[in-house]
Amino acid sequence: MSDLPATERAIRASETQPLFTLSADRGWIQRFQLAGTDLRGGVKLWRLAWSLAFSDIRLRYRGSALGPFWLTLSTAIMIGAMAFLYADLFHTDIHTYLPYLTVSIILWNYLNMLVSDGCTCFSQVESMIRGIRMPFTVHAARSVIRNTIILAHNIIVVVAVFAIMGVSMSLYSLWAIPGFLLWLIDAFAMSILFGAFCARFRDVPQIIMSVMQIAFFVTPIMWYASLLEKHPEGELLIRFNPFYYLLEIVRGPLLGTPMTLDMVWKALIVSGVLILVATVGFARTRGRIAYWV
Amino acid sequence: MTYLTAFGLSVAFPLYHSDNRSLKKTVLGRASGRFAKDDRQRLVVQALRDISFTMRSGDRLGLVGSNGSGKTTLLRTLSGIYQPASGSLSMEGRLTSLLDPGQGMNLDLTGWENIRLRGYFLGMGKADIARLEADVEDFSELGQFLDLPVRNYSSGMVVRLAFAMATAVHPEILIMDEWILAGDAGFMDKAKHRVEAMVRHADILVLASHQAGILAQWCSRLIWLDQGRVRAEGSPMEVLAQYLPPQQFEEIEKTKSLLATNPVF
Repeated sequence: MSDLPATERAIRASETQPLFTLSADRGWIQRFQLAGTDLRGGVKLWRLAWSLAFSDIRLRYRGSALGPFWLTLSTAIMIGAMAFLYADLFHTDIHTYLPYLTVSIILWNYLNMLVSDGCTCFSQVESMIRGIRMPFTVHAARSVIRNTIILAHNIIVVVAVFAIMGVSMSLYSLWAIPGFLLWLIDAFAMSILFGAFCARFRDVPQIIMSVMQIAFFVTPIMWYASLLEKHPEGELLIRFNPFYYLLEIVRGPLLGTPMTLDMVWKALIVSGVLILVATVGFARTRGRIAYWV
Repeated sequence: MTYLTAFGLSVAFPLYHSDNRSLKKTVLGRASGRFAKDDRQRLVVQALRDISFTMRSGDRLGLVGSNGSGKTTLLRTLSGIYQPASGSLSMEGRLTSLLDPGQGMNLDLTGWENIRLRGYFLGMGKADIARLEADVEDFSELGQFLDLPVRNYSSGMVVRLAFAMATAVHPEILIMDEWILAGDAGFMDKAKHRVEAMVRHADILVLASHQAGILAQWCSRLIWLDQGRVRAEGSPMEVLAQYLPPQQFEEIEKTKSLLATNPVF
């Protein structure tokens, strides 16, 4: 009988996963520890999350001539059609409205997809969860990365619109980068929270998507926040709208509209609350996800 | 030192989506006490109840039991997929589990792409992934099929690929469900050699199967699971004597004595 081939010996050294213990639920300290282990494991497997996300995109467009650039094209067509109609309806100048609408719609679509994919990030990969022990955070990261790749394709539309409309950019626009990083963290937190919750309660994704639909209309995306200035009741829509602050910290710098410190604080508070709820929620549900999916 | 210890493991599956009162009553009336209520009054199926054992290097444990006796659930729990409802699990050693042929594989991706994903999962660098690819290609003998999406494979080919990927990175603890025995005779032989080589290097194997012959040959210890409980435990022949109908057991004994005169190991 042959011994193990030489290659196996070589491969053997690469992976280490020496000790593993798992016990029944022992309360919050253990829950947070396990959630922390899960997160660290997920960070270590970033390349796996990345290539899973990439293959998702590749598979979705396998055999199509334009591939993922269909996303770019359909976004461009939608924005082009909407911009002229709404600029006329709102009596605004197309040169300021089109860039505004482009950035807003693309960011909103990104957010909307993050939420809808976040809801299914665990229930979609049921067979993987039940087949192999893998940090749950990998699945959440996969959903965030996948949608960020889609966003990257849509940035072409922003660049084109800015060029055509002659929008001037300054170094101030770079403030969009920290804002965007905050989005990524929020998106990840939201995915682990909603993913677990939606795996348990299968009606929740539908409810969340209906809420997102309403949020689309009550958030300044197609219309300017300044439209509400003379309507005190209407202003409440923005004041208590977390989406508004999050949108504004990325959109404001890109469009060159001044950002107040107040806005930044509110975006940070919204994110802080989300991250806190997500951490507690994920720690509580993590051990049960495999039973729920 | 490689070891695997299960201490008082119990697993209960909540029945969330069958929350029908009349169904609940029928089910509760028929089933012999496997349906229970947990502390929050939810209907649950007791899949595993108070399972304890210890395995050390070189131990090869076989699991027998009728369908639904909890074999696969136990394998999943040992793999760390289900957090037990009570009890604990501790182990040292790199673990690989072969639970479903398609597990962790994306069926729309090609064989090569799946091998690469596995490499990333194992945290490998480029050079290691290249070695993994070479090893899996060599062992699975799938040749040009590796360029096709796994969806187009026959079930035997999926088994080959999955087995080759799982065992290419020499696991210290290998957990296998019975589907692995679905390969053709030639492949089975190869697979057996690989598992035997692995076990000879003082590692741990847990195998669930309905094929008594394989269990008698591969395992050093058997556990008979019945309704989620350990019904009997001991050397393969002892447990099989209780588990199998008498004629089947005699056949196994005959082959076993033949093997004893011509040892494979």
